[in-house]
Formats: sequence, structure tokens, C-alpha cells
Amino acid sequence: MEVAVTINGQTYSHDVEPRTLLVHYIRDTAGLTGTNIGCDTSSCGACTVHINGESVKSCTMLAVQADGQTLTTIEGLADGDVLHPMQESFRQCHALQCGYCTPGMVMAAISLLDENPSPTEREVRIGLEGNLCRCTGYHNIVKAVLHCAEASA
Amino acid sequence: MIPLGFDYIRAESTDEALAALADHGDEAKLLAGGHSLLPLMKLRLATPAVLVDIGRLDNLSYITDAGDHLAIGALTRHRAVETSDLVRSFAGLLAEATSHVGDPQVRHIGTIGGSIAHGDPASDLPSVLVAMRATLVAQGPSGKREIAVDDFFTGFLETSLADNEMLTEIRVPKMPDATWGFQKFNRRAQDWAIVGVAAVVNNASSGVGLVNMDSLPVRAAGVEAALDAGASASDAAAVAADGTNPPSDLNAGPEYREHLARVLTRRALEAAGR
Ligand SMILES: Cc1cc2nc3c(=O)[nH]c(=O)nc-3n(C[C@H](O)[C@H](O)[C@H](O)COP(=O)(O)OP(=O)(O)OC[C@H]3O[C@@H](n4cnc5c(N)ncnc54)[C@H](O)[C@@H]3O)c2cc1C
Ligand code: FES
Ligand code: FES
Repeated sequence: MEVAVTINGQTYSHDVEPRTLLVHYIRDTAGLTGTNIGCDTSSCGACTVHINGESVKSCTMLAVQADGQTLTTIEGLADGDVLHPMQESFRQCHALQCGYCTPGMVMAAISLLDENPSPTEREVRIGLEGNLCRCTGYHNIVKAVLHCAEASA
Repeated sequence: MIPLGFDYIRAESTDEALAALADHGDEAKLLAGGHSLLPLMKLRLATPAVLVDIGRLDNLSYITDAGDHLAIGALTRHRAVETSDLVRSFAGLLAEATSHVGDPQVRHIGTIGGSIAHGDPASDLPSVLVAMRATLVAQGPSGKREIAVDDFFTGFLETSLADNEMLTEIRVPKMPDATWGFQKFNRRAQDWAIVGVAAVVNNASSGVGLVNMDSLPVRAAGVEAALDAGASASDAAAVAADGTNPPSDLNAGPEYREHLARVLTRRALEAAGR
């Protein structure tokens, strides 16, 4: 079945099986491997992307569900060499270690600030509850999100 | 994990969805947000031959004030329910419980209709509909029918919806003056409730629904009767587990769940000002 989506401003159109998961479409068909697969069971959030601006877990969606929609992945955030403010905050606050959770974490964090531009620390922690990090203990991730919110205020 | 192959039909209208169900019978499954169904399909615990995607039926995504009740379209996303001023004003318990469903990503795509039609006793929202005595509207080939929430859930992942019917609307009585409490006990962020309790006190009458205390979402009828007869929160909560048949799993056995039901019911009632 033909699935056409706009990812990071570029149109992709491919004939895929209806059972193709969105994350596989993004990684294998569109070749955008920045989006990771962690748990593959909708628990870890590593596969988080934006559909029409909202965070979703792309391992738990079919590509056909995204047909005709506008997606953003981690590759779509930076403007050339200039990082997105959330990426820059993660860098400055040292919010990553191995980096595996980071693409999903950044996408979830941007969606969180879209909905709540000046969250409390607790709201950040609750807002990121769909994303697991095995390395950082979350402390610097939370700091980065708060830092980004302040910087953009 | 990739689901077994299936034929995919995207319904552009309720009629198209119903026609597809009529054509394919129990071979077909509706796909709303997919956040309950796809995990099962990825594990191949569900292997529908035909998937009827109703995720784009925007005409079934609405929250309206219908006089004595709120009418909520089955395809309304959790996020829309959680943030709706109407729901917050007239069904605060539903707004609060919805904000505890999964995580933000899940709530961006999961629908209230999918959550109810799935019939999972571990889901949060069925208990709220039980407590608030909601009515479900089903549509089939011969038109619409209303189903009282107490007649809707029939067993583990089983509802009284027929194979050729779909849930189109959830009607929640407006309770602007009600007090309520929602308690969800889990051990990890984002998890389903090990046990949950939804309680609402509206004028003199109360409603209490239990999460994960039986093979289907259940009403704590004993608690309601005690409250309506004037019992205190702790006296009423003492009978919360009576008549239930709680499941046993990695998280908890039946006895612990019974204990949780009593404690959480008391807390929910106290939050509701009882
Ligand atoms: C990581 C994660 C955590 C979660 N945590 C929670 C939680 O804490 N609490 C909780 O309550 N839920 C939780 N959920 C479930 C979530 O709420 C689901 O979104 C919801 O249960 C199902 O809604 P859906 O729209 O995704 O339905 P789908 O998965 O599309 O459908 C579910 C079932 O209902 C049927 N169906 C869907 N819509 C209709 C309709 N209109 N008429 C008839 N049948 C229909 C489908 O055929 C299917 O059998 C979680 C899910 C995930 C992935
Ligand atoms: S890979 Fe999708 S949530 Fe973990
Ligand atoms: S930085 Fe390693 S998992 Fe988060």
C-alpha cells in the first residue's frame, strides 16, 4: 500500500505492507536512522517522533496510520549547524551519556514545552514519564528541559 | 516484533466502517489509536485478517454539552478529554483519570472509545464511567442503541458490542457540583494500575468503580450502599473488595489487591470529602 508522508519537510512515498510499523518506515524505508528502537513495546519512548507536532511512539503505530501526515524526527530539528534550542540545552546541561534515549527524549521534551511552556520540575518529570533513560538518572535531562524553557521564555 | 499480515481498510465514514465490519464479521477489527490493539498484534496475541482504520473519523472526535450530559465522540483522543474545559467543569473525575492514562505520547493518539471498547479491567477509564453511570452509544447496521455502562462490560476484554457494531459516543452525566477522588496504585511511572479506584459523590448519591479487581471493570456496590446510608469513608471502604474476584499476576496476588482496594477506596472517598 502506498504511504506518503512529509518528514522534516521532505515528501516520501513508498509502497509498503500495511503491517509495516511507522518506526521501520522511518528508519528503513526513509533511511532516517536517528529515531531509535529501544523496547519495541511502547514503554521506553526511544522511538518518539512528532506527528503534526505531537509526540507519539512510532513503534506502536502503523505507517499507514501516518499516511498524509506531517512528521518531524530528530534529524529535522537543527537548522544546518545550529542546534534546536532543546538540543542545545541537552548539550549544555550534559543531559546524555550513551545517547540512545536522546532522540526520543528530545522529541518528547519539545512536545512537552509546546503544551506547557513553563513547567515546574515535577511537571517535567511527569511529562517525560513515557521515556526511559538507562544512564543519566534523569537529573540532567530535567535540568536541560527547564533550562530550555527558561531560555525560550 | 511485526504483526501478522492483514488487509487494511481505511474508513472515511462511520457507514464505511460499519459496512466493512458487516462484510468481514469477526475476521475484522477496528483500529482507533491502536495503542491497545497494536501491542497485542505485535505479540501476535491478536491476528485479525482485516483491520478497519477508524482513526480518521474526525466527526467522531468531539466533546459537547448535551444538556444533562456531556456527549463525547468515541474517537476523541485522551489529550482532548484531559484538557477539555467542559470535561473539567462537568466531569472532573474523568479529566483527572484521563491524565493518568499511560504517558503523553499514549494520550496524543489513544482514544476514549478504544479504551472503553477494549474492555480491559486494568484500564482507568471504564472505572470512571462505572462511577459516573455513563451511557454508551453503539451503532450497527440497524441503527443506534444505548447501553448502560453496567451492561456494557461482560468479561475479560469482552463487551456487549456485537461484531458488526461500533461504539460511537460516550455520554457522561453532568455533575458540576460533584466531589470526586481517583486513586491509581502502580509501581512504575506510566504503568497500568495494580488497583485503581474512581469515586464520585454527587448530591446524596455516590458512585465507585474499581480498576483491576476482577476480570471486568466492576462497581463497588457495597461501598455505594454504605455511603448512601451515611457511613463514613473508612466504614464504607471496608467493604470495597467484597464480591470481587481480583486477578493474580507478577505485581500482586488477590489478597494484596483486596487490601489495596480498601485503602485506595478510603483515600478516594476522603479526596471526595467523605
Ligand atoms: C505504554 C502504554 C501505556 C498505557 N497505559 C494505560 C494506562 O495506564 N491506563 C489505561 O487506561 N490505558 C493505558 N493504555 C491504553 C491506552 O489508553 C489505549 O490508547 C486505549 O486503551 C485504547 O485506545 P485506542 O484508541 O488506542 O484503541 P485501539 O488499540 O485502536 O483499539 C482497542 C480495541 O478497541 C476496539 N475499538 C477501538 N475503537 C472502537 C470503537 N469506536 N468501537 C468499537 N470498538 C473499538 C479495537 O477493535 C480494539 O479491539 C496504555 C497504552 C500504552 C501503549
Ligand atoms: S521503542 Fe517505541 S517505546 Fe520503546
Ligand atoms: S543517555 Fe543512555 S539511555 Fe539515556
